[in-house]
Amino acid sequence: MSALLEVRGLNVVFSGFHAITDLDFTLQAGELRFLIGPNGAGKTTLIDVITGLTRPASGSVQFAGEELVGKREYRIVRAGVGRTFQTSVVFDELSVLDNLDLAAGFRRRMTGLLRRRHGISDDVASALDTIGLGDLADRPAGVLSHGQRQWLEIGMLVVQRPRLLLLDEPVAGMSRDERDRTGELMQSVAKDHTVLVVEHDMAFLRRFASTVTVLHEGRLLCEGTVAEVQADPRVQEVYLGRKERV
Amino acid sequence: MRNRAVFAVAAILLLVVAPLVLSPFRLDLLGKYLCYAIVAVGISLAWGRGGMLTLGQGVFFGLGGYAMGMHLKLQDGELPDFMSWSGVEELPLLWKPFANPVFALAMVIVLPVLVATLLGLLVFRQRVRGAYFAVLSQALAAAFVILLIGQQGLTGGTNGLTNFQFFFGLDLYEDADRRILYLVTALVLGASYLSVRQLVRSRYGQLLVAIRDGEDRVRFLGYDPALVKTVAFAVSAGLAGIAGALFVPLVGLLSPANLGIVASLELLVGVAIGGRYSLAGAVAGALLFNYAKTIFSEQWPDGWLYVQGALFVAVMVWAPRGLAGLSHQFRDALSSRRKVEVQA
Repeated sequence: MSALLEVRGLNVVFSGFHAITDLDFTLQAGELRFLIGPNGAGKTTLIDVITGLTRPASGSVQFAGEELVGKREYRIVRAGVGRTFQTSVVFDELSVLDNLDLAAGFRRRMTGLLRRRHGISDDVASALDTIGLGDLADRPAGVLSHGQRQWLEIGMLVVQRPRLLLLDEPVAGMSRDERDRTGELMQSVAKDHTVLVVEHDMAFLRRFASTVTVLHEGRLLCEGTVAEVQADPRVQEVYLGRKERV
Repeated sequence: MRNRAVFAVAAILLLVVAPLVLSPFRLDLLGKYLCYAIVAVGISLAWGRGGMLTLGQGVFFGLGGYAMGMHLKLQDGELPDFMSWSGVEELPLLWKPFANPVFALAMVIVLPVLVATLLGLLVFRQRVRGAYFAVLSQALAAAFVILLIGQQGLTGGTNGLTNFQFFFGLDLYEDADRRILYLVTALVLGASYLSVRQLVRSRYGQLLVAIRDGEDRVRFLGYDPALVKTVAFAVSAGLAGIAGALFVPLVGLLSPANLGIVASLELLVGVAIGGRYSLAGAVAGALLFNYAKTIFSEQWPDGWLYVQGALFVAVMVWAPRGLAGLSHQFRDALSSRRKVEVQA
């Protein structure tokens, strides 16, 4: 295995506030990694930097040997990095199928863009199958429940054929059943993708995570298996006094 | 199927019935409305689909119109009349290539598309949108008018270009020839409508709507929103340019008053009233709005401004999707009432 993503010496400052300080972070190809930490630890900021939404004060983000810092967002997507957001933002007026089709589209030529969609491409069909929304394919995405919207988002990521998926709190606000289904979906996606998941939910973490990275106040606290991380006194200290227990 | 029938009826009305029934004077007026309807098709694409509130379509209308007007003024081989009045004795360099009909026709489309593309790439890349884009486009219209008025010897100043005798072999003082000009305009409107409809229904059209509703999200689907928006803006500019070029021989005059801030706003108001999300609504809105303007200006000249304002306010308050969106709105109201009943 080789490093797919290498973050080195990353510093992010928002008008004087140090959101991320001297962070080094490595992700191997094929990993399913969880990123946890208390509020303000810099988890989402790290994802924002990787995807080009936030510019770091210093440091580098190498993806498959390519520097991502300074690239426009859509170029990073084209390089093979896909992400979801905490609030799902599928396109309500388009059907589930059209949402997926649109997401699969940037690899298409301009001439293909000027035609109407006829039928369903293989990528889209298999994504539809994976996320289990086949019955709702022709309904507008606006009618979907919160959980279904998140699954559609994940489907929209998969059809982009990214090499790295960044999921930002995919189970926030979901019911128990929805969390379980999301976890299974995530694991099936992780079989042939590298996945980085930001998550608060500890039950979800214990059930679906293998390796975990803990951030605290913009710094890397520790890394390891779920058991190792849970046993780490520093992690316990960070979460101590909070209702959440690792 | 029903849409096709409506389109066929509209085509027959415009291409067969109108030329037979209307007096030459009324047919000319209808031709003028059709020009505005061509602009409306473009506005519906840029604003309705792409969310770009363009308050400066008059600029593109004017660019196309002046390109055509300059060619028509040069057809008799003499120095344009207004130039001699302003003391210009030799044809300015800028005017010379417009004597060539191919060049002039090309410029009708190239000029507005070029300006819109440059502006679009510059502005959309900087993520200027919403009200900021609207104000910017309006300022462009204001600047354009100032430029035209300031260059009297080159543009005819406030009076603009007038007195056109011929249009590509048609005698503009002959009713039969004017009828042909009208038919050409109607056909161009039909072609514009069909092309933009195809564009709207394509994947590109979906992408445009997606950008309107979530530009940042689209960025993370791997598309460059600035490029996609620029294409729609440029198409709308090209259509406005073509409309301007047809307006010139139809109306026989083009002056800064036809493309300034007020004129640009009027182009938009018709679309808002008809319904910007629906291409057919936008076309119908532009036709009705301009027809109403003529009627009121004949019957009750002082009242038009009030009626126009009231219409606009009424549509914004009670029918934000325009007249074409009323059925949509009605359905929404019905279904939300049903939901309330179910809950109770």
